[in-house]
Amino acid sequence: MNVTRGFTGRPRVDDPGLPPGQYDAGDDWPVLSAEVTPELAPADWTFRVDGLVEEPRTWNWEQARGLPDSVYEGDIHCVTSWSKFGVRFGGVSLDAFLHVVRPHVAATHAVAYSHTGYTTNLPLADLTGGRAWIAWEYDGQPLAPEHGGPARLLVPHLYFWKSAKWIAGIRLLDHDEPGFWEQNGYHARGNPWEEQRYSGD
Amino acid sequence: MTETFTPPTRFAVPGRISVSNRAAGVWQNATITEIRRETPHAATFRLAVPDWQGHLPGQHLMLRLTAGDGYVAQRHYSIASAPDASGHVELTLDHVEGGEVSGWFHTVARPGDRLEVRGPLSGFFAWPGDRPALLIGAGSGVVPLMSMVRHHRARGLSVPLRLLVSARGPEELIYAREYGAETTPVFTRSAPYGVPVGRMAAAHVVPLLADQPPGGWEAYVCGSNGFAEHASRLLVAAGQPVERIRIERFG
Repeated sequence: MNVTRGFTGRPRVDDPGLPPGQYDAGDDWPVLSAEVTPELAPADWTFRVDGLVEEPRTWNWEQARGLPDSVYEGDIHCVTSWSKFGVRFGGVSLDAFLHVVRPHVAATHAVAYSHTGYTTNLPLADLTGGRAWIAWEYDGQPLAPEHGGPARLLVPHLYFWKSAKWIAGIRLLDHDEPGFWEQNGYHARGNPWEEQRYSGD
Repeated sequence: MTETFTPPTRFAVPGRISVSNRAAGVWQNATITEIRRETPHAATFRLAVPDWQGHLPGQHLMLRLTAGDGYVAQRHYSIASAPDASGHVELTLDHVEGGEVSGWFHTVARPGDRLEVRGPLSGFFAWPGDRPALLIGAGSGVVPLMSMVRHHRARGLSVPLRLLVSARGPEELIYAREYGAETTPVFTRSAPYGVPVGRMAAAHVVPLLADQPPGGWEAYVCGSNGFAEHASRLLVAAGQPVERIRIERFG
């Protein structure tokens, strides 16, 4: 252990909800997107699921909103080391979309992509079983453009760069293909509880 | 090279810059060798990192401090220095109110203190010095852009480079003595006599886009999210293609 002289740090909080190396950002919700925030109206938003599926499908705003509501209440964790507790997102479980397109048994991974062209890769298992959403509300209000509105992917059990803003689609694959940050050295999976920040972690 | 999926989109993120991720996985020892005050709220910390493998201007590193009980705090910081063979890197840090890491740097740190870094990280905001660069920053957002300006000078590059830097006033302008003809400061609260006071505006950006070098600019925007949103909108309105705007937001 390399102790830094004179460094004491914040008062220790024994918070079992805080993954290693993270701190509680409180009311802050930093915005870290690398591209220009797009001017994307709900009427222009679409969401497509294709690749290794029985029936590729594109939903528009009204059609997606017509699926059963689902809420995520919990925490989110950013690789830059802030975590945010007790957030509330409203949207639709990704399971509802996958149920319609019916993934092939050969599908093991997915690339989620944004209307900006941003991409991120995920194991399919991280997108199913009630652990991923298409979210359009935050705290009961429409999701702000800088936070990915009108709709973003939400995969709160992984670092938040996996929760692609301005979500445009998900392509199911039988192999893993690195996305935007993953090609820039970030970890393929990004589990905050194992501190999978960079490739090799 | 791994195959990668490219989505069909109306908008576009800028292309990637290929960098080595070899060094990113390893924590390395670093020793503070010099501290220089830049403004009342910002200082530069020069670190000796004997095993530093080099970086590109615009890249950042992750830094960690360890307390006696094993508690660790880690943060991302942009690298201020140009790449060189000195075995040193420089960081310029704002003293964030209540910041446990920046607070340590500004109130406790002295030459000889040791900490750990890993990096350089991320190729997205890097500028290899190959294409004309239009740099727009505010506050400590100028730090990674200064690495580009310094690189441009150190290598005697002829590729065009311009910097628009916003600060509250002259006393808050980081690196004030280093700027040359490539830089236009914008002062939002107070300015020297004869210099206008006000937010960065189309009037600053439009002339630079009206007089583009052949092939156009690669734009790099760095600062708070509020500033980044404002500056990137100015660029888009002035005609800069979105796929040639790279943004680093501090948060």
